[in-house]
Amino acid sequence: MVYSVEKLSEEKVFKDPVHRYVHVQDKVIWDLVGTKEFQRLRRIKQLGTTFLTFHGAEHSRFNHSLGVYEIVRRIIDDVFEGRPEWNDDDRLLTLCAALLHDLGHGPFSHAFERVFDFDHEDFTRAIILGDTEVNKVLTQVSPDFPAKVAEVIAKTSEKKLVVSLISSQIDADRMDYLQRDAYFTGVSYGQFDMERILRVMRPREDQVVIKKSGMHAVEDYIMSRYQMYWQVYFHPVSRSAEVILTKILHRAKDLYKNNYSFKYEPTHFISLFCEQVKLEDYLKLDEAVIMYYFQIWQDETDPIISDLCHRFVNRNLFKYAEFDPAKEYKKLAQLTTLFLQAGIDPEYYLVVDSSSDLPYDFYRPGEEEERLPIHLLMKNGELRELSRESEIVDAISGKRRTDHKLYYPADFLADDSNAADIKQQIRALLD
Amino acid sequence: MLKDHAKLMQAILVSGEIVGRKKLQKMIYIAKKIDFPFHDRFQFHFYGPYSEELTTRVEELCNMGFLNEVKEKKGGYYQYRYTLTDAGKEFLSLNEVDMPCLDDCLVDMNEQNARFLELVSTVLYFDNLPKDEVANKVFTLKSSQRYTEEEIDEAYRYIEALKGKVVQQA
Repeated sequence: MVYSVEKLSEEKVFKDPVHRYVHVQDKVIWDLVGTKEFQRLRRIKQLGTTFLTFHGAEHSRFNHSLGVYEIVRRIIDDVFEGRPEWNDDDRLLTLCAALLHDLGHGPFSHAFERVFDFDHEDFTRAIILGDTEVNKVLTQVSPDFPAKVAEVIAKTSEKKLVVSLISSQIDADRMDYLQRDAYFTGVSYGQFDMERILRVMRPREDQVVIKKSGMHAVEDYIMSRYQMYWQVYFHPVSRSAEVILTKILHRAKDLYKNNYSFKYEPTHFISLFCEQVKLEDYLKLDEAVIMYYFQIWQDETDPIISDLCHRFVNRNLFKYAEFDPAKEYKKLAQLTTLFLQAGIDPEYYLVVDSSSDLPYDFYRPGEEEERLPIHLLMKNGELRELSRESEIVDAISGKRRTDHKLYYPADFLADDSNAADIKQQIRALLD
Repeated sequence: MLKDHAKLMQAILVSGEIVGRKKLQKMIYIAKKIDFPFHDRFQFHFYGPYSEELTTRVEELCNMGFLNEVKEKKGGYYQYRYTLTDAGKEFLSLNEVDMPCLDDCLVDMNEQNARFLELVSTVLYFDNLPKDEVANKVFTLKSSQRYTEEEIDEAYRYIEALKGKVVQQA
């Protein structure tokens, strides 16, 4: 039998707390799940440092990837199949891209990418096209199949409808992570009627559109996205952990570049420090490895890396104050000087974190061709942008809301055993 | 502190006024690709390279009062104009940004239209591919823009000219 259409002798199912069951019938999908590169996603948390705020948020990118696959499978098999705008020859391509869309994520991706200046999407492509088990499975479908899957994930495929199922403003990726993150954090905000949204999705040449009758279900989805953004993804305590994590990586890199002698050779980090990460090195990284280094770096003689790792491992996070850069940037300069005088390095211990530093976004109505918006399919066949029809969406997408916080180690500042006068001045400025 | 904000402000200051969000996005992307130290992450979207981080940073600067945004109706859609405010200029004077050669490149890009910059940024996005494959990408992914082979040649020439400005002044 041709591998691309080969079915398993019996359907396999994964129990899933969000979608109840994830169904696998295709041999290709089953084989991909079994590859070591896909299994690696079990060891990478979906929400990075958020578990330090919401203790339930220990779910992995493996869970999420299966969830995205399942949503796309339901759209294709239950809603799109047989519709003239949908080409069923694209089914396997779409399912593979959905399953593998996060394959290149590393441990604590966002912080690592910022500090070591790489993009996980480049690794997704490298894994799919490189000498990997995933590549071997995809190549069995056809020699050019890995490249086709990589292009869909990179959003550079000419199959724009397929791309939009996995990456758009109402895609399977977001629909899964909103519900999954809500479930595992325990918040009630991420709920929306996904079944209804799937039923009103319609394929068009370039994108998925939504029947007008489904507008209220989409409003609910947009509201969930908005609330999760502020209540979970932007949570100031998670951001504190992310700030410390980023500073640990910066410090380790700086120490290495300055020929600091680590007590234990940071083998797994060397290629990152040199910014020449090979795929084989990258695939060895997971959160267990990173946490091992954070554990042993607590014993380093460098007081900064030791302290920062102690904070991360034991959840002794930085405190924060609201910060208005426009009114307070002169105060920030003052604080920087005082921190230096108090012997606290402001590079590591006085940090402004802004909304633009975070990898999540709101719905944008696509003015000036920035991002393709959500389009409603009207009864007369016309397409209308969502916020032009929905007052609720218009209300939240028309308002800019940004946020800045100033992070600092309150415990250092409370310790008056040295530089007491200066610390008092710092505390007065921060209050 | 706020270094990435300051770099963006510097880019807008030297450009004088940037008309259009799309144009701003493409200018910063092109500047990044010719090695100016902008760190915003770009992904390929329906209309070419786009950075959500950059969009949010622009919003933050508007909210801070450092950037002036004017929304105007143009035909069937809205367009936005960006200039630095006096408060923004004062902030920048206290937080200097050192990006030699940036001025010439940005002024030049600002004189181009957004459609051409969209093409240039798309060509740069696929700079790992040979020219004929890049042209294929442009014709398939940007079919609605109806770019010609001459325009693609012009985009390549333009990229080299920009890189030349950087080398000349370095």
